Amino acid sequence: MPGIFIDVEVAADARSDATLAAKLEEVCPVDIFAATESGVEIVEQNLDECVLCRLCLDAAPPGAVRVIKLYDGTEL
Amino acid sequence: MRLFEFESRQIVKDAGIPVTNYGYALSAEEARSAAAEIGGPVVIKSQVLTGGRMKAGGVKFADTPEEAAAHAAEILELEIGGHMPRGVLVDPKAEVEQEYYAGIVWDGTRKQPMMLFSDMGGIDIEEVAEQHPDHVGRGHFSNLLPFSDFQAKQVIAQTGVTGSELNRATPILAALARLFQTCDMTLAEINPLARLSDGRFVALDAHMDLEDEARPRQKALMAQLGIPAEEQREAHEATPFETAVTAIDSADHRGVIQGKDAGFHGNIGLVIGAGGGSLTLTDAVRSQGGKPANYSEIGGNPSVAKACGLAKAVLEKDGVEKIAVMMSIVSNTRVDIVARGVIKACLELGKDPGETIAIFRIPGAWEEEGFKILDHYGVEYCDRSVSMHEAARRAVEKVQGAAA
Repeated sequence: MPGIFIDVEVAADARSDATLAAKLEEVCPVDIFAATESGVEIVEQNLDECVLCRLCLDAAPPGAVRVIKLYDGTEL
Repeated sequence: MRLFEFESRQIVKDAGIPVTNYGYALSAEEARSAAAEIGGPVVIKSQVLTGGRMKAGGVKFADTPEEAAAHAAEILELEIGGHMPRGVLVDPKAEVEQEYYAGIVWDGTRKQPMMLFSDMGGIDIEEVAEQHPDHVGRGHFSNLLPFSDFQAKQVIAQTGVTGSELNRATPILAALARLFQTCDMTLAEINPLARLSDGRFVALDAHMDLEDEARPRQKALMAQLGIPAEEQREAHEATPFETAVTAIDSADHRGVIQGKDAGFHGNIGLVIGAGGGSLTLTDAVRSQGGKPANYSEIGGNPSVAKACGLAKAVLEKDGVEKIAVMMSIVSNTRVDIVARGVIKACLELGKDPGETIAIFRIPGAWEEEGFKILDHYGVEYCDRSVSMHEAARRAVEKVQGAAA
């Protein structure tokens, strides 16, 4: 089930990056990212728990991760 | 924490207040032995943490040990108000000349204990106070200054009790006042306190509530009564709402929620909290003519799921169409997270958040972000510049308007 308040997107060219996947899984305090064999997966049920901490943005190369606030259409 | 009668009687006895030579039994056979030891007519009383024992058949009289055993067998299987008895008390049937009431209650307004005494015991003290106010003596006393028996005497004398009766009742009320203090009670009452045909006073029944927060200070008392640390005592069995909220809380370590609805029959659901604010907010709703459907506490930065779970549990209660989401003070609980939680609850139940959330007043961290979310869903909100009472008034007005 997608988030009602928050959406998180990982750029197509970054999704299969195993190192990035592990890093995102480690930094997110509310488990939105899961590192799998195929790379990064978004755990949809946790999307609305996003605390807007920006740790995923800091951990990823610029533009690789987008955090979108669905209630006002802006991005972190 | 409510104590069983047999425990309260033990405390009273240990405080030097005369009691009958009662026995406590866990089986019919033990009741027979206790009755045989007493050697005369006895009363068998169910030991449950609820009222209405007599009406429910939890108190029976027996003339012989065999009859006592039979009654005990029945009572031990009898559920009263959702409670199964812990055991039975076997009490000698006393030759009573007159029944009195002696009690100590905590007066939350005065922040002091208050002694109560009446020469009309054996019935509900609230009923006596309402219908025969001249038969109830009252007097506050300090928790800081030394207590004097004379204070108890003054209270008893207000009811017109004089002479040897006054002299015999005084040390009993004084002892009750002292044990109220030393045992950290919120209620200690003897009802009835009986004057027997030979003039002696004895406690025929006792009820006590211990302050929950004082349990760590009362370890010796708990050990003496055989109450293990893990045993929780509630005045009622948890309702489905209370059980559901407890389960939601324990499933997620983030933040804290609590919910109570025993005794609440209103139509305005409350998702409230912050720094002891729940009591104040419940009072605020009531003072505006609102009828809360529940009591709750939310705080400590709960997850969206936890806030959502509490709001859903409240909204699923019978008769609740709207909820008021309020906190009393500015706290570190994130406004946007709670906003997400309560809105999500509405959406998951197929309700319009703008219609369902009567008011949202949570001052604190991430307010601006929270307001953006509330704006998006058309939820009425206010910040700390609006008082709790004004927020409560707005919520109550909406709920009453919807009901009209």
